[in-house]
Amino acid sequence: MINASPTLSADAPDQTKVKIVEPTIFELSSPGRTGVTFPASDVPETALPPEELLRPDLPLPELAEVDVVRHYMHLSSFNYSVDTGFYPLGSCTMKYNPKINEDTCRLPGFLYTHPLQPIETVQGNLALMYQLQEWLKEISGFAGVTLQPAAGAHGEFTGVLIMRAYHKSRGDHKRVKMLIPDSAHGTNPASVGMMGMNVVQIPSDSRGNVDLKALEAACDDTVVGMMLTNPNTLGLFDENIEKVIELVHGCGGLMYGDGANLNALLGIVRPGDLGFDVMHFNLHKTFAVPHGGGGPGSGPVGVAAHLVDFLPEPIVGIIEEGEDDLPPLYGFVKPAKTIGRMKAFHGHFGGGLVRAFTYIAMHGAGGLKDIAQYAVLNANYLQARLRNTYHIPYDRTCMHEFVAEGRFAGSDVRALDISKRLMDYNFHPPTNYFPLIVHEALMIEPTETENKDTLDAFADALIKIAEEAKTQPELVKSAPHTTKFGRMDEVKAARELVLCCWLPEDFSDQ
Amino acid sequence: MNVPSHLKYTKSDEWFDPATGKAGISDYAQGQLSDIVFVEILVEEGETIEAGKPIASVESVKASAQVYSPASGKVAAVNKALPDKPELINSDPYGEAWMIQLEGGTAGDVMDAAAYEKYCAERAH
Amino acid sequence: MTYIPISPKERDAMLATIGVQSLDELFEDVPAKHRFPKLDLPPALTEMEALDELSGLAQANENVRSDLISFLGAGMYNHYIPSVVDHILRRGEFYTAYTPYQPEISQGTLQAIFEYQSLMCALTGMDVSNASHYDGATATAEAVNLANAQFRGKRKKVVISPTVHPQYRAVIRTYTQGMDMQLAGDDQFPITDYQPSDLLSLVDDNTCLVIVQYPDFFGRIYDYTKLIEGIHAKGALACIVANPTALALFKTPGSMGADIVVGDGQPLGIPMWYGGPSVGFFTTRKQFVHKMAGRLVGETVDSKGQRAYVLTLTAREQHIKRERATSNICTNQGLIALGTAVYLSLLGKKGLRQVAELCYQKAHYAAAQLSKIEGMGLCFSEPFFHEFALCVNRPVEEVNAHLLEHGILGGYDLGQDYPALKDHMLIAVTEMNTKEDIDTLVEVLSEVSHD
Repeated sequence: MINASPTLSADAPDQTKVKIVEPTIFELSSPGRTGVTFPASDVPETALPPEELLRPDLPLPELAEVDVVRHYMHLSSFNYSVDTGFYPLGSCTMKYNPKINEDTCRLPGFLYTHPLQPIETVQGNLALMYQLQEWLKEISGFAGVTLQPAAGAHGEFTGVLIMRAYHKSRGDHKRVKMLIPDSAHGTNPASVGMMGMNVVQIPSDSRGNVDLKALEAACDDTVVGMMLTNPNTLGLFDENIEKVIELVHGCGGLMYGDGANLNALLGIVRPGDLGFDVMHFNLHKTFAVPHGGGGPGSGPVGVAAHLVDFLPEPIVGIIEEGEDDLPPLYGFVKPAKTIGRMKAFHGHFGGGLVRAFTYIAMHGAGGLKDIAQYAVLNANYLQARLRNTYHIPYDRTCMHEFVAEGRFAGSDVRALDISKRLMDYNFHPPTNYFPLIVHEALMIEPTETENKDTLDAFADALIKIAEEAKTQPELVKSAPHTTKFGRMDEVKAARELVLCCWLPEDFSDQ
Repeated sequence: MNVPSHLKYTKSDEWFDPATGKAGISDYAQGQLSDIVFVEILVEEGETIEAGKPIASVESVKASAQVYSPASGKVAAVNKALPDKPELINSDPYGEAWMIQLEGGTAGDVMDAAAYEKYCAERAH
Repeated sequence: MTYIPISPKERDAMLATIGVQSLDELFEDVPAKHRFPKLDLPPALTEMEALDELSGLAQANENVRSDLISFLGAGMYNHYIPSVVDHILRRGEFYTAYTPYQPEISQGTLQAIFEYQSLMCALTGMDVSNASHYDGATATAEAVNLANAQFRGKRKKVVISPTVHPQYRAVIRTYTQGMDMQLAGDDQFPITDYQPSDLLSLVDDNTCLVIVQYPDFFGRIYDYTKLIEGIHAKGALACIVANPTALALFKTPGSMGADIVVGDGQPLGIPMWYGGPSVGFFTTRKQFVHKMAGRLVGETVDSKGQRAYVLTLTAREQHIKRERATSNICTNQGLIALGTAVYLSLLGKKGLRQVAELCYQKAHYAAAQLSKIEGMGLCFSEPFFHEFALCVNRPVEEVNAHLLEHGILGGYDLGQDYPALKDHMLIAVTEMNTKEDIDTLVEVLSEVSHD
């Protein structure tokens, strides 16, 4: 049976002293309760299979509907969210998520269609997907788009598989090196690691651009390509982008664009026009699909003309052209040299594609450009307000985000402490300790959906914290003080590993 | 920081004891990694390895590191007790937390304790 | 329509603080010849117009609630979703939060994932669950990554049952393209007399993982205990791809000795949504936890002495381990995992068992009635759960077209993936199908057989 008591390990401090703020769903369980009942069977009874094929017990909790609702409402109140406050998390584009998208993605025609229905019965879904493919192509300057990848990292993996397949199809088997800047997201090298390729790290120069000398030295006929986030994770648009792409193409490599920071480029420049060969989109960043507490994301991939044949299968195409008033018949097509399938079915249709479609439809070309311009305005405004208080190691006009150092001469207050102290001022902290090339990094991305008052209040809070770091460092180092929960014992979590509501030993006999 | 004088050290922070053939990671390295929660030894007894080959993978609460062999030779023993007690790397990096023992090991690119101490001090800035 | 809350006056004040004259001036690093492209997109819609446009698209579909009676499954199932589930998922505090990297202000998400992990362990009979993968197919591919990492790349063969979902097998083939892996089993046996024990002939010292499905793609229930003993005797790991609803009724994969149990959580309160997003659950034994990809939530205490939760063992993951990580996965399906947790909490011990039994009863009634139709019959005789292969003795496409005329979404055409099962369809029945629905199906199919 489940041991429903708190399961701190034996050598933990006195268990009776650990306060439980909200019991787990298992602890709230009371035998005999239920939250839903179903209609009784209306068919003649068939005997169940022999007992040795059945499970003896189903150790799930038992609760009434009100118990469940209150429990999850309590939990929701422990979360900080975009709906409740400013969330300047660098590289994550925590913009406001329009409410209408929540309604459109739940229209019954979308919610209750099965992915394997005959295409004639899902023309609405397919038309939406086709249109979204076309829009993403137009926005990014690519020739083909797959909507299948489930998240940004999944899109990256897709992109790297496409690059590999392209070289192999040309009989070019010696390419095993992927060039990745030192400022890159961890998913870039990890995607490459999954392919058995080697990562060659390229340093950044003093202005935060790719170091051209190092790049040139690394470019040879074993290069698969380069994975570049532009604007990069410092929030800077690479001043030599055309030269970078020329060098990579010059050695026969392909240019991969990590679209994490596409919010800064909408209507500003199309990565395809710059010469990128592949790029993933993060619909959950750029196109306001909500982050959901860590997913689901949605990571479509765009490719230039020479890579269209390698896209994952299937993509949506027109099977029969329309005539006059008759719309075309949409269906699935298989690219000629496809890398195969990246996931079951067609991507994050309901959660990602419908919301992003709604968002793009409501913005049009001008609205999209506004997004990028105001995202960049907000970031530069915050940078300007903080420049005299926080050291900005790569200090020039930034794009949608910038990176400051969370440390002060003569003080042992760190970026982590500043982040925690921001919670006391009711702000979500910026991304910290990333990118790796900045000491005590605080990576700040305000997005376009914040007003000047919010940005000012945030800047004021950071300036005040800088002052506190000098006058009352202990206050900052022991923050947060006003949140429901304090700092966590992460070592205990990792060493004692309690990963479910009971200890596995109690349960393995089930 | 503890840098025993009878050991040799690599730039990637492994130690090697020429007398016993044992190898592990330095006190400096464990301090940088902080609370270690996982270690996996990547080589087996009887294998012959070159200096610089990955011999172990270490994860702490916040970081991960690959450990490279400071010497070449035949692996006479691996510390089988270590994966069950990875925290030993924090508490006793030069003793209980040895990772492998080489037979007839020849040190690779290593430095002596004084040089290593200087090397660590330089990186502290 | 945009969501930008800055007035022109405020914009000008901000530009002055920055020290530039115009917004355009902020983009001088962008090569001039490509700067400010004219995008050919339709004019922006207002909210009112957008809702109208999207409603039109949605209504251009035939859905399985108001338009069609569905007997289609094959990896995604039409189940009842209690109202509470979506009410919780619509809480902005949940759906507009990010990954819980700041535990002090993310305990809602963290505790919910911890409960999700616990519920998945309870269902599968396994020790640990991660915070989820994209879907059942990618979770299965991640099982290959775990096995590959566990043997440090020294065992290069994965044996896959031909009765694992065809799309899951396809995803494994895609994922392993660069891994120098040998995939065996999925096309080596005549499907009509294949038995899971046949796989053992392919398992050798070079095999890292064997993957079977439960119920298998044809809905059949097997006790894999003996098979797994055989797999373990060769030193390999065993992965079971499971349907979570079936686990309310049938013996757990954990009790059969499985090392990894994965599957798609969609049946647990998640709409089909034309295929996604769903959630891939991933559970394993405690000794493999360090090789498991994906986020993981663990219990701890905070500085106030309160029980609390954090993302733990994060050094396994890509953002720290980079190219040495088991997988590049970054996100989990947080919100969808929450949905399954709410669903399981509501249904609980009794409710989920009731759903499973209703599926079983109705599917067996349907199978019994359908097999009475002249010229049709069940393809297999093993015990099954809520899906079964029916021989219809004529092209499935034709049969389904006829069913569609009667408002019925017919079964999956098995001939697409298994040439030997040409003219066979896979029929799924859930608690959503009434006796009347089933009788209608039988009636319309009887007409087909007499045509």
